[in-house]
Amino acid sequence: MMNAIATIYKRELASYFSTPVAYVFIVIFLILSGVFTFYLGGLFERGQADLQPFFGYLPWLYLFLIPAISMGMWAEERKSGSIELLMTLPVSVTQAVIGKFLAAWLFIGIALVLTFPLWITVNYLGEPDNPVIFSGYLAAFLMSGAYLAVGSCISAITRNQVIAFVIAIVVCFGFILSGFPLVLDFFTSWAPQILVNAISGMSFLSHFESITKGVIDFRDIIYFVSFIACWLLANVIVVEMKKAD
Amino acid sequence: MIKVEKLSKNFGNFTAVNDISFSVKKGQVLGFLGPNGAGKSTTMKMITGFLSASSGRILVCDEDVEKKPIAVKKRIGYLPEGAPAYGDMTVVGFLRFIASVRGFNGVEKENRINSAVEKSNLQDVLHKTIETLSKGFKRRVGLAQAILHDPPVLILDEPTDGLDPNQKHEVRELIKEMSKDKAIIISTHILEEVDAICDRAIVIANGGLQFDGTPRELEAKSIYFNSVRLTVDGYPSLNVEKIIADLPCVSRIEIIHCVEDKTSYQIFSKDGTPISRQINDLAHKQEWIVDELVVEKGRLDDVFRRLTQNELDMGDSSADTSQEVA
Repeated sequence: MMNAIATIYKRELASYFSTPVAYVFIVIFLILSGVFTFYLGGLFERGQADLQPFFGYLPWLYLFLIPAISMGMWAEERKSGSIELLMTLPVSVTQAVIGKFLAAWLFIGIALVLTFPLWITVNYLGEPDNPVIFSGYLAAFLMSGAYLAVGSCISAITRNQVIAFVIAIVVCFGFILSGFPLVLDFFTSWAPQILVNAISGMSFLSHFESITKGVIDFRDIIYFVSFIACWLLANVIVVEMKKAD
Repeated sequence: MIKVEKLSKNFGNFTAVNDISFSVKKGQVLGFLGPNGAGKSTTMKMITGFLSASSGRILVCDEDVEKKPIAVKKRIGYLPEGAPAYGDMTVVGFLRFIASVRGFNGVEKENRINSAVEKSNLQDVLHKTIETLSKGFKRRVGLAQAILHDPPVLILDEPTDGLDPNQKHEVRELIKEMSKDKAIIISTHILEEVDAICDRAIVIANGGLQFDGTPRELEAKSIYFNSVRLTVDGYPSLNVEKIIADLPCVSRIEIIHCVEDKTSYQIFSKDGTPISRQINDLAHKQEWIVDELVVEKGRLDDVFRRLTQNELDMGDSSADTSQEVA
């Protein structure tokens, strides 16, 4: 069981680095996160030794970059026909879904770790609360997993990567916005309060922000973990249904 | 080793495979014949567990494909149509991946890879990226992947498609060599291939089974089976035609061509029984100068057309081909 997951995971991870995808993604991610942190976030001007400007923009950066990674996860397999090979090897769909997800998640995690110069900068300039920064990174990693799970599932629906990209952005955008009045106002007029609360509770941002503030609440972690699990389960079902289309 | 019972597959209203049953024993090579879109690939996809059947049952090594998909997949080597692979990997990287998924590691893994590489003649391209390879090499990578774990059951969807004649020959030799202790199904529309490597043939058209037997039996269904090609000196003459056509064992005679006062006739046997002796005796008696007298084995492509087109013609009244064969 674990062996099959590990084999798929290794192949996927290696394939990111055997094509320019990995390097393009990492370079763009690092440049943009720098731009957001220093220029738009005004890291220096704020005069505070923390990484709030970085973590504040990260959800929006991920909104575009993670669907770019996830769009190929299944759409490409279906387009090239290699899904037929994969699904006739002695691996279950669940193993394939998990292996692919873990590889992409680790890859995004590597890109995230490579932002460490930011951390060095604030430590050089002042005395930041490092545990808070650490929990910020943890929150960022969990949130990237949530984006990725959505993107992976949507990638399995179509064999067209562009469609997978666009739909994944829209769905993730919905999950960012679901804590905002823009979305909530649409429901408050007719939906029961409990549903409105549930929708607002689904927002990435509220859970993300509470962890980045340094409060590692078990419920926020459970939120992300169960969110990922649900989307991966949907992913397995979609692959089962649509693999041969 | 492979047992298919009343297998059907519908895609919406379309019936791709309709109530097909057959079985393949160890040591047999079964050829799947049929026009494109006849249901060959669909049937193979169901045997390998990629598609689930709408109804019916498939047993591979006595295990039900639906109930124990992983156990069955372990026992099958499968070359899908078009030999898909991960294009960004090198050949050796790809085969290592397959070997790991198949549960091999260490020395055993390397040995398996080496032997598969050797059998499929991939030594020269081991470190090339698969997507840069020619069609023939890609096909052989797919073949290497399928035979890597030395499976008891091999399912090969058009294994020689895109190969040059030498490569075709090599692959056929390889299949023959492996067939001793395996059950093999290949699909093809190259009819000579059936003759060359299969000891059983199945013809599928429009989703249904049209024929199941040996290649010899398939040939025997040809109108050319035991027909005689006779070339005699002289221009085409109604007289020769008439004398031969009057023989009780002859159903029909045709002039094939006439070159420099030699005329070739195709003489068809009435019920597929040998007629060469009668023709020979007749030629002697009539004192024709016989240039050539050849007995035909039967033409597979002719049988193939009849088996697969009859079905197509059932709906309308166009009976061009069926009149000819009648």
